Amino acid sequence: MASGIRDKVVILGMGCARFGERWDCGADDLMLEAFEEATRDAGIERDQLEAAWLGVFYDEQSVSKSALSLSMTLRLPQIPVSRVENLCATGTEALRGAAYAVASGACDVALAMGVEKLKDTGFGGLPERTKGTFEDLWQPGFTPPGAFAQLGAAYAAKHNIPIDELRRAMAHVSVKSHANALHAPKAHLRKAITTEQVLSAPMIAWPLGVFDCCGVSDGAACAIVTTPEIAKSLGRRDAVAIKALQLVASNGYELSHADWDGAHTPTTRRAAARAYSEAGVKDPSREVSMMEVHDCFSITELVLMEDLGFSAEGHAPTDILDGRYDRDGRNPCQTDGGLKCFGHPVGASGLRMVYEVYNQLLGRAGERQLPSPSLGLTHNLGGIPNRNIASVSLFGLKTL
Amino acid sequence: MSGIQSWGVCIPRLRISRKTIGAAMGWLNPSLKSARGERSICNWDEDSLTMAVEASRSALPDLSSREQVRTVMLASTTLPFADRSNSTVLASALGLADSALTFDVTGSQRSATAALAQALGSSGVGHTLVAAADRRLARPGSDQESSFGHGGAAIVVGSDPGVAELVAHHHRAADFVDHHRLTDSSFDYSLEERWVREAGWQTLVPETLQALLTDAQIAANDIAHLVIEAPPAVSRKIASLAGIRENALIDNLAAQCGQTGVGHPLILLASALENAKAGELVLLVGFGQGVDALLFCTTSKISSYKPSRRVAEALAERREETEYTRFLSHCGVLPVEFGMRAERDSRTAQTVAWRRHNDVYAFMGGRCTHCGTVQFPRARVCVAPTCRKPGDQQPIPLAEQTARIKTFTEDWLAFSPRPPLVYGNVAFAAGGNAFVEFADYSPGEAKVGDDVRFVFRLKDVDRTRGFRRYFWKAAPMNSAAVGS
Repeated sequence: MASGIRDKVVILGMGCARFGERWDCGADDLMLEAFEEATRDAGIERDQLEAAWLGVFYDEQSVSKSALSLSMTLRLPQIPVSRVENLCATGTEALRGAAYAVASGACDVALAMGVEKLKDTGFGGLPERTKGTFEDLWQPGFTPPGAFAQLGAAYAAKHNIPIDELRRAMAHVSVKSHANALHAPKAHLRKAITTEQVLSAPMIAWPLGVFDCCGVSDGAACAIVTTPEIAKSLGRRDAVAIKALQLVASNGYELSHADWDGAHTPTTRRAAARAYSEAGVKDPSREVSMMEVHDCFSITELVLMEDLGFSAEGHAPTDILDGRYDRDGRNPCQTDGGLKCFGHPVGASGLRMVYEVYNQLLGRAGERQLPSPSLGLTHNLGGIPNRNIASVSLFGLKTL
Repeated sequence: MSGIQSWGVCIPRLRISRKTIGAAMGWLNPSLKSARGERSICNWDEDSLTMAVEASRSALPDLSSREQVRTVMLASTTLPFADRSNSTVLASALGLADSALTFDVTGSQRSATAALAQALGSSGVGHTLVAAADRRLARPGSDQESSFGHGGAAIVVGSDPGVAELVAHHHRAADFVDHHRLTDSSFDYSLEERWVREAGWQTLVPETLQALLTDAQIAANDIAHLVIEAPPAVSRKIASLAGIRENALIDNLAAQCGQTGVGHPLILLASALENAKAGELVLLVGFGQGVDALLFCTTSKISSYKPSRRVAEALAERREETEYTRFLSHCGVLPVEFGMRAERDSRTAQTVAWRRHNDVYAFMGGRCTHCGTVQFPRARVCVAPTCRKPGDQQPIPLAEQTARIKTFTEDWLAFSPRPPLVYGNVAFAAGGNAFVEFADYSPGEAKVGDDVRFVFRLKDVDRTRGFRRYFWKAAPMNSAAVGS
C-alpha cells in the first residue's frame, strides 16, 4: 500500500494575478504577475527552482502547445519544464507534477503555474473547439453551460424536486459567492446580487440563467513547493502542507453505460473517498474547515455538496438555503467567490483554489478571513458531467 | 408478375400555413393572400436524404425485411450531393448489406415513377427499395413557395406480386418544358400555368393512359384508383378524357402538405393503397418531360397489410411553423446572423467517418461478448464496471431502439440553426447510453423519463467546404402527446 503524499510536501509560496477581463495583459503578463508574488512570498530566488510545470488548457488560444511559454516568459534557468493539461483540473495537475517531483526527491524546489488567457476570442463564453475527430461526428455541439445544465434536469427528476425550488437553491449558491467576492480584491466579479436577479436573468441553457454561470476570466496562479525540511531550513515554523492529492478520470461509464443517473459525478465521489483516506479524514463535514469547489455553474456546486460527502443525498438544496455553505455557515464554501466570481481562467483555477486555502490557513485572507481554519479542500471537475476529470486535494497547517 | 411488397412515407413534422406566407409576401403577390391550407417544410436538419431514410425505415420496419433488399434506388431532384452516392448513405443508414446495388435517379419530377417502373421490370432475386424525396426551394413570394411541400416515400418491390401486382406500364418521353432548374440553380423557372395545364397535363397524360389501357386491354371504367398529383380540376379533366370514373381520383394532399416533388406520386400511391380493397386496379401517373403510367392490381394480401405509418398519421403528426423568417432561414434563402460561434470549423475527418461508418451511419453499438452489456460507441473494452474485459463486441443496431431521456438541456448559447440546441443523455431500452442531439423538440417539451425514438438527421454543415454530415438524433415518440 502506497504511503501517499500526506505531509511530504509543503507550499513555500504562492501568487495569483488579478482575475478578470485583462484586456491589458497577455498570458505572459499574467504569469509574471503571479510569479513575482510567489517568489516574494517564498523568499527564494528564481534560480533555486529545479523544475516547473505549466498548466494551460486552451493552448491554441494563448500560449501554444509546449511548456516553452513558461520557461521563456520567466527566463527560467534551463531546468525541466513540462506542460500539463487535464481539462478544468489543469491547474491541479500542474501542482501534482511539482508536488510528486519534490516528494520523490527528484528535486528540492519546484514551481506549478496555471494560466489561461481566455478573453482573446472576441465573443462571450468559452472558446469553441473540436471535441475530437470521431466525437464531432456524433456528440452534440454542446457548450459547457449546456453540458452542466443537464445535472439540473436529472437532479430534479431523481429527487422529485420542482424545478423552481431547485432553481431557488441554485440561486443562493450564486448569491453567496457574489457576497464573498466583495471581500476578494483580486476577484473578477465583485458585485452583490439578489436571488430575484438570478431567477429573472436571461436563460443560457435551461435551467441555468446567466447568473448561474461562472465568469470567463483571464488569470494565472502559481505555487512553489518544497519539502518540510527545506522549508524549516529556510526559517519557516508553520507551513501549509499537502495532505492529499487525488484525481479520478472517467472511464466511459457515465457516457456509455445506462446506469448512470446523470444527477451526480461518480468521479468526484471516488476521488473524495481516496483523498479523505489519504489525509486521514473520517468525517469531512466536521474536519474540513473550508472548501473551494468547482462551481463552474450553480448546479455543479449543489450536486458536489453531496458528491463530496457534505450534504446527504437529496438534501443539498435545503442545506444550501439554510446557509450551511455560506461564509459564516458550518462548511464555508467559495470564501473568495469561487469560479463564479473570482473567475475561471481554466488552467489557473485549480491553483487559485489552493491560493485561497493557503491564505485562509495562514490567516492572510483579510476581510474574508475565517476563524482559525485548519484543513481546506479544493476540488476540480474538468470536462462535463458525462466524462470528466475530478480532483480532490486537502491542505492543512503543519508545524515544522 | 412483380409487385409492391410494402411502403412508407415521410412528411416532415413542420407545416407552414399559406396564410403565414400570404401575410408576409402578399404585398408582392396578392394571390398568395387567398391561398388556403398548409404545406410541409423541412426542419433545418432534414433534407431529401433524411426524408428518404425516414420513409424507407417506415417501409422496412423490421431488420429482417431489410436483409432481402438487394437494390436501392434513390430518386430526387434535390439530392444533397451531386457526386457522392446519396443512395449509398441511405443504404448505410438502413444497415443494408454492403453487397447491395445502389444508385441515384434524378433529373425530372418523373424520377420516382421511372425508378419504380425500372425496379418492377427488372426484379429478380431479392427486393428493390425505391426511395424518393424532394426538398425543393422556392423564391419568397413565388407561387411555388406556397404550393410546394417537402416529403418523401419509399416503395419496396419484388418478384412476388406482394400487395399490388404490376399489370402494365406505359411511358411517354416528351421534352415538354413546363419548368426547369439548371444544375447550379436553387430555384425552378416555371412557364405559364395555362399552357402547362392544357398542352401538358391534359394532353400528354390522357394520351398515355389511353395507350396503356388499350395495350393492356383494360376498360377505363374498371380503374378504381387514379393516382395523379395534378390540381383537382386538371385531374378531373384528365379522368374524363381518359374515360376513367371521376370518383377514382384521390386527394392530391395539396391542402395538407403541398406538392412534395419527386416522391409525391409515391405518397399518393401509398394513400391509394391504404384505402384499396383486394382485386382493385390502381393507376399511377408520373409527369415531368413526359409521362409514366403504371397499372397495379391489388392482391388479397392488401387487406391484411398494415403500413407502419399511414399517410393520414404522417399528416396528423404536425407542428405549425409560425415564424416565416425562420422558414426562410431553414431554406437557406435568408442569411441571418448566427454569431461567431457558428464560425467553428466543422471539417469532417473522412478517414474517421469511414473507419467508424457503422457507428455513425448505421448507429451500431456494441454488445459485450462476456457480460452482454450494450454500449455506444462500440468499444474494444467493455464499459460495465464489473466487466471491463477486452474482446470484439457484437454489433447491435440501435436506430430502431427506443430510449429514455436521462438528462437534457435547451442550450441558447450553442450554435444551432434553430435555437435552442436541445441535447442530452438517453438510455436505450436495450441498455447503453448515448449523448446526442435531440430533433423536433421545442422549448419546454422534453422531460426526463420520456421515451424517444431515433431519426437520421443532418448533424453539421461544414460552411467552408459545403460537406453535410449526418447522425442519429433523439426525437419525440409521438407528437400527438405533446403540445405545440
